[in-house]
Amino acid sequence: MYNTDMANVGSNVHRKDALEKLTGRALFIADQDIPGALFGVTVRSSIPRGRVRAVRFDPSFPWKEFVAASAKDIPGKNAVACIELDQPLLADGEIRHCMEPILLIAHERRERAYEALGHIEIEYEELPPVLDIEESAAMKAVVRAPDNIFKEFLIEKGELDAGFAQAAHVVEGEYRVPHQEQAYIEPNGAAAWFEKDGTLTVVGSVQCPYYVQKALKAAFDLPAEKVRVIQAVTGGAFGGKEDYPSVLAGHAALLALKARKPVRMLYDRAEDMASTTKRHPAIVRHRTGVDKEGRLLAQDIEVLMDGGAYLTLTSVVLSRGAIHAAGPYSCPNVRIRAKAFATNTPPNGAFRGFGAPQTLFAAELQMERIAEVLGMDPVEVRRRNAVVEGSVTATGQVLREGVAAREVLDLCAKRSDFARRRKAFDAWNKKAANPTWRGIGFALAYHGGGFTGGGEDYLASRAGVALDADGGVRVLAASTEMGQGAATIFSQMAADALGIPYEWVRVQTPDTFKVPDSGPTVASRTTMVVGRLVERAARELRAELEKSGSLPLISGGGARSGGKAVSRAKWNAAARKLLAGKPSREFITQYQRPPGIQWDDKTYKGDAYGTFAYAALAVELEVDKRTCEVRVLKVVTAEEIGRVIHPLLAEGQVIGGTAQGLGYALMENAVYRNGVMRNPHFTDYIIPTAVDVPPMEVLFIEKPYAYGGFGAKGVGELPMDVPAPAVCAALRQACGCWFTRLPVLPERIFAALPKKTGAVARRESLG
Amino acid sequence: MRVLRPMNAEEALTLYAEHPSALPMAGGTDLMVAFNGGRLNGREVLDLSALKEWTDIEFLPDRARIGALCTHARIESHPGVLKRLPLLAQACASVGAIQIRNRGTLGGNLANASPAGDSFPALAVYEAQVVAVSAQGGRTIPIRELFAGVKKTTLQPGELIAGVEVPLFKREPQRAVFRKVGSRRAQTISKAVAAGLLWVRAGKVEELRFALGSVAPTVRRAAKIEEFLRGRALSESVVEQSCAMLEEEISPIDDVRSTRAYRLGVCRGILRALLSSGQKG
Amino acid sequence: MNKVSFTVNGKKRDYRGEPFKRLLDVLREDFRLTGVKEGCGEGECGACTVLLDGKPVNACIIAVCQVQGRAVETVESLGTPTRLHALQKAFLEEGGAQCGICTPGMLLAAAAHLREGGKTDEDSIRAALGGNLCRCTGYQHIVRSVQKAAELLRPRGRDCGARAAKSPRSARSSGRGKRDRS
Repeated sequence: MYNTDMANVGSNVHRKDALEKLTGRALFIADQDIPGALFGVTVRSSIPRGRVRAVRFDPSFPWKEFVAASAKDIPGKNAVACIELDQPLLADGEIRHCMEPILLIAHERRERAYEALGHIEIEYEELPPVLDIEESAAMKAVVRAPDNIFKEFLIEKGELDAGFAQAAHVVEGEYRVPHQEQAYIEPNGAAAWFEKDGTLTVVGSVQCPYYVQKALKAAFDLPAEKVRVIQAVTGGAFGGKEDYPSVLAGHAALLALKARKPVRMLYDRAEDMASTTKRHPAIVRHRTGVDKEGRLLAQDIEVLMDGGAYLTLTSVVLSRGAIHAAGPYSCPNVRIRAKAFATNTPPNGAFRGFGAPQTLFAAELQMERIAEVLGMDPVEVRRRNAVVEGSVTATGQVLREGVAAREVLDLCAKRSDFARRRKAFDAWNKKAANPTWRGIGFALAYHGGGFTGGGEDYLASRAGVALDADGGVRVLAASTEMGQGAATIFSQMAADALGIPYEWVRVQTPDTFKVPDSGPTVASRTTMVVGRLVERAARELRAELEKSGSLPLISGGGARSGGKAVSRAKWNAAARKLLAGKPSREFITQYQRPPGIQWDDKTYKGDAYGTFAYAALAVELEVDKRTCEVRVLKVVTAEEIGRVIHPLLAEGQVIGGTAQGLGYALMENAVYRNGVMRNPHFTDYIIPTAVDVPPMEVLFIEKPYAYGGFGAKGVGELPMDVPAPAVCAALRQACGCWFTRLPVLPERIFAALPKKTGAVARRESLG
Repeated sequence: MRVLRPMNAEEALTLYAEHPSALPMAGGTDLMVAFNGGRLNGREVLDLSALKEWTDIEFLPDRARIGALCTHARIESHPGVLKRLPLLAQACASVGAIQIRNRGTLGGNLANASPAGDSFPALAVYEAQVVAVSAQGGRTIPIRELFAGVKKTTLQPGELIAGVEVPLFKREPQRAVFRKVGSRRAQTISKAVAAGLLWVRAGKVEELRFALGSVAPTVRRAAKIEEFLRGRALSESVVEQSCAMLEEEISPIDDVRSTRAYRLGVCRGILRALLSSGQKG
Repeated sequence: MNKVSFTVNGKKRDYRGEPFKRLLDVLREDFRLTGVKEGCGEGECGACTVLLDGKPVNACIIAVCQVQGRAVETVESLGTPTRLHALQKAFLEEGGAQCGICTPGMLLAAAAHLREGGKTDEDSIRAALGGNLCRCTGYQHIVRSVQKAAELLRPRGRDCGARAAKSPRSARSSGRGKRDRS
């Protein structure tokens, strides 16, 4: 079906957005010229739970210069429409988390707006807060009626008891993962204004313009035709700008409504870190039965997540986490019980991986423990259990094709020279004179592409291309370029489907007035699902041009076919003929569920995802004996992502995602006390620098997915699933300790090692 | 914000005497963070960046003079400092990142008196003298008397730091260590920072100088341990005893960055490495 | 104190206004050089890196009064879309920019390093960029870009040592793994 002789797909074309970014000309929301715009700031709760008793404005402050807005000013629903409507846009008396927005203030000058915050006093009536999963489960207070549970899932397969009855060994483990801050280098920002005709226009650093539109419609009681959302160049997102922008846009719009002027809001770093969504903390418990040969017989898994004060995306994070919780392995008897709890902390949301990094961390470390109990090589025990074609997952999905678990495992183990390095490090660790301990750790994962279950049907995404009068082709999709390369990928696909040069293709800036709703830019669906829509639409356009006789038929697509690319003159003539005087013509296709996919949302059984991508990773690290500092030395990873559309961009996704995974494992510690982050600065929320991330060897395997754009699967989130458990496996070898709670800070390593009079003693030998 | 901008040292001291509540600013790497956080609104600033004085590094036969307005970047790469005061070079090279080192000054760092100042343990073991000047005159303050507490110095109103004078050894120590332990391998605030010099002859300690930062309100010389070790042979039990004594010398805390136990353990480890034969820090 | 005169990208400019305004804001607002970015306002991320007398500094923690008489360079001076600097060319080839917010600061820090004859081995480049946080790339493509730029800038005929590692023209594993054609 796919011609390997593609001009663009599969090669490292220059990024579509490179020149503007490299020359400092790219206009992020803070850069855009918005004449007359006021600057808006937010008054936020300093308590985690209670009520606002009074709001006092300092009478000596010149409030006439300012515009203020409160919940009373909201014309529509006081809600941030996401999955539910439980989150108010502005608190109206009741406070459910620290940093909850209460009031909005705007002024011509940014400094004055911030200054005003110091002249507002809020009097609270405090209530005892529920601050973590355990307090919530114990019902210390009811944060969300009736039982503090946002959502639960039960996934069952086979007969758990029968499985355990046959087991030669039963291994138990508990794993804990914390909040993780997305730490995009561009903080959240948005601007809003009302046009003369009443249209609300928002420009912002957003992943999902249509999500924002939906939220604004509800809050301002406006129809879609009166709400326009435009994406500004976005400086990183990773999920942190999936749902939160709806809050920020709503705030900017409310101030704009009150002020009758445009309003721009740009968070500073501390506010962004302390107030916006984070990765859900989780507690994951495993009880696993295996036979003498290390084959999985029974997996009993409990997943508990902390959703924060409001639902936002929690039910879907929990869902994905639960579905991935058993790992990429075959097991006849599985039970996964997953629950998400409400706490009085800022709501958590999307972060690359979306539940899977949390549960896969547990699943992979559990496999390490199993390997150790059995005295088996950790790669071998995974190999023995890895899914293959025909395997059935915990939800009963038969993995019919594109299964690459063993392939990535074998390739990674070989390239990392895993077995030999492991032996070498064992020898190294025996020498007391060495200043460090060393370890090599391994992990295997899979990641479902696209929305879970019936999600893609529900989204009913539409995307395509427009042929313009100048002969240019414009990609029309709501998918946002946020660094991952969406604009480039779409252009490659459109160009090859049309048989034209990459340079003739541009991408329409996502604007709800100009692009169809292709769904959110999340869930590793952009290249795979939306790319496919762009590809199909482009092929339709090509077919039309061929049908009209303007262009020769080309088999399979690709400007290289037949050796000759079409000339611009000929193309323009063909375009003119097709357009017949119109300025533009759009070719939009809609998502079609691939055949044979079935999902039952009630029983949570069936085909959870159209396809899975696979990854294996080996990490080498060393631990300083004196200071317990960990230095990551090397990473080798093999990842199967269907057809690789752009090798350099794909490698960039893997290295970037792996770096975030290393941060998650070793240094990113969001310190919460009394329900709020105490270190909301880059000074103390530590993300890796160039010196902390080692060089990585990235290997791709391709098993093209028939229903993905040009055979692609998703790649954005997969890399996040493997680094953390591999690091802990390596630390087990290096230090002789199980670190089952992230991040593994030097302080925790130090505390775990036995010592005499302050000396860090030799680590206990294994076995 | 009101800015006073003297063009030379004399003018700076006169202005400072007239405006004693003005905030002296050198590179601004600490002060501007506070300003950006809205904590200095309405204050007066004494901007020292136009001064041509206090910017030299000079090596005399018996001491080095480093001007207060020398940046960490200049100090870390100065050939004389690298050769004669290597711990100070290493310390300055460890401050923040390149962008910070190109702005932050030694004097500014000292006057800011953070408990975590990376150069302070090095200056402490080199027994630097801080040269303080005012409109009334000047004095030298031994480094161990400069810091009064967290972000507090013993500088009097109207006094600015003009530079430091660092005596040069007649005899080089046999062992030396500078070690900063942070949260990552670049651009980090220290959890613990140590500098040490050890003179050993015939297996016996002639002199130990060991200073620690980030583990007390101010930089600390481990005076008790230094006294204890004078004249002693460095047997394993003596080394262990010394390490155990560290607990009395410092008062590390639990905070968002680290824990008391870890900071103490790290300091012990660094001391142990310095004292144990053949090992550098 | 009403005027601060300094050179920006080779041109003499006068700023009139609050003497304590951040250099970052003067550049972005008064001089409309929005290539300088704000990531944290605390001198911790390096997105606001500019060159001051050729040396990388964080513009968000410099008061404009302190740059009187000095020379500031921003990314706008490096190159234009039709005349790219070697670093920009290299970033284009080697994938050094993803979301682009850290890119101006990263380019300038790299430019300063190369101009000063900084070493181009992996470790030296990483150390030179230690003050520039990137959340997207994981740094590897940035390092390759800087190495490539160094090669481009090298006078021809002279081998100055460290060569850039090869970037993946195609990162596919050759031969391994089935190439399913459904």
